[in-house]
Amino acid sequence: MKKRRFAVAIAKQIFAVALSLTIIMPFVIILINSLKTRTGALLMDLSLPKVPVWQNYQVVVERGKLFISFFNSLLYATVSTLGTVVLTALAAYVMSRRRTRLTRFLYSFIVFGIMLPTNFVALIKVMQLFGLINTRVGIIAFYIASNTAFATFIIYGFVSSIPRAMDESAAIDGAKPLRLFFSIIFPLLQPVLVTTAVLTFLGIWNDFITPLYLLNRSTAWPMTLSIYSFFGRFQQDWNLVFADIVLTCVPVMAIYLVGQRYIVQGMTAGAVKG
Amino acid sequence: MIRNKLYPLSFILPALVLYLLLFIMPSVLGIWFSFTDWNRYSPDIHFVGFDNFRTLFTSSKDYSGYILNTLLFTVVSNVVKIVPALFLALFLNGAMKGRNVYRAIFFLPAVLSFLVVGLIFRSVLHPSHGLLNQFFMAVQLPFLAGKWLADPTWVWPSIFLVDAWKGIGYVMTIFLAGLQSIPLDYYDAANIDGAGYWQKLRAVTLPMLVPAITVNVVFGLTYGLKVFDIIYVLTNGGPGRMTEVINTAVFNEFASGTYGLGTALSTLLFVVMAIVGIPLIRYMTAKEVEV
Repeated sequence: MKKRRFAVAIAKQIFAVALSLTIIMPFVIILINSLKTRTGALLMDLSLPKVPVWQNYQVVVERGKLFISFFNSLLYATVSTLGTVVLTALAAYVMSRRRTRLTRFLYSFIVFGIMLPTNFVALIKVMQLFGLINTRVGIIAFYIASNTAFATFIIYGFVSSIPRAMDESAAIDGAKPLRLFFSIIFPLLQPVLVTTAVLTFLGIWNDFITPLYLLNRSTAWPMTLSIYSFFGRFQQDWNLVFADIVLTCVPVMAIYLVGQRYIVQGMTAGAVKG
Repeated sequence: MIRNKLYPLSFILPALVLYLLLFIMPSVLGIWFSFTDWNRYSPDIHFVGFDNFRTLFTSSKDYSGYILNTLLFTVVSNVVKIVPALFLALFLNGAMKGRNVYRAIFFLPAVLSFLVVGLIFRSVLHPSHGLLNQFFMAVQLPFLAGKWLADPTWVWPSIFLVDAWKGIGYVMTIFLAGLQSIPLDYYDAANIDGAGYWQKLRAVTLPMLVPAITVNVVFGLTYGLKVFDIIYVLTNGGPGRMTEVINTAVFNEFASGTYGLGTALSTLLFVVMAIVGIPLIRYMTAKEVEV
């Protein structure tokens, strides 16, 4: 009996390790080959480079315009995330507290956006109309708009868990609505706001299709777009492509390792409630 | 009265206005554009009735094939992720050494962009030197090596494989969160009744997992119908145009300047997703009201 349980445990471990290897091996290959010469990397094998070619990384950063696109990605993701979180928290708070036919309708109307696709071709016309096409402000404004539905859905459910007595006592003390919101409600919403922020940030950081349609100046490109264009130009130089992939993955993986708990919490929000 | 003063409707405005102008307006305007001959080469836009839609369903360019491909992708990619992910979640929910490490590893691809995953697999599936073919050579099964992304027989399975590699961990994590919310007494009771593995799965686990299953299906549907990145990067619709989906076709129309046709395709997707979405969103929001 004991022997059998031991055998099952071993079999489970072998299965789990094999699956883990299918996830990890591609990364190992890429890491190793990013340090080889052009001809060495073409073989894409597991042999270690005789002399690591660190220059690959230098070439990628310079030719691939990685600094500027890293800055762009960071700017778009950070500002849009802050905007989304603040604006949707304000809206979700009022819609949840003041339930009338109007606010209920608005809530359903906004949440409906979760299911809707973006018509990018028509979006370009709208962006031209507002003079936002090809601008950093434009893409940030669009990111806030396109994340509104999901963020509202997550935050709205959480607002009702904060007792109304909090609002009323603050109101009696004479706090104005905006002060009441930012000094009392906003801090209490923190767990759900972190969750929303992490999700929104990752989504924007990894987004490819929006800048593909909206930004044609390479100086405004985020990481995703510049790595794709780099791949187009250096398709034969796998060593450089691999180095670019490594540099693109490192920031997200670092965030994942540090904030794993929040990311997993964020991505599973809504899965268990209800 | 004090209530209305405390919760001013103006708080809703900034989010609502942005949402209306930059998210809803393009789709609504898009419906109008889909009935026009809007294109890059002429400054005037004319109303042309259902011409674009007629083109979509009768043209030799096989748009209806792209629509079918989108549906195929939506169904298959979700089935091959959701079913294995459920068993993986059950597997990692049991007691075993290092299960948190395994969970973290399986979830890892979910934080990467589809673009990067696509590029990684352009290398892994490389016909002459890719990791997969080298593996088949190494285990003395050279006949299994193939031109994964160029061979019409293997291109769809390859896409589904890459998509599953990236997505299974995420679906699994949602199932794990759902599994952890099931009270253990339920299993104790089932054990006392002498229920076996499959009976417990059918009578306890699956019914309790309905919220998690719903989330996975809703996310999976929206993801599948809107799919773009992974196809664009892996095959760009090829070989030929056999893996073209709605959103890659829209991008092609955009690139060639036939905006009217592009918006017509987008509008078609919009209508389908709105029809599918209304009952799903009703269900999701109704749950909130009960809380």
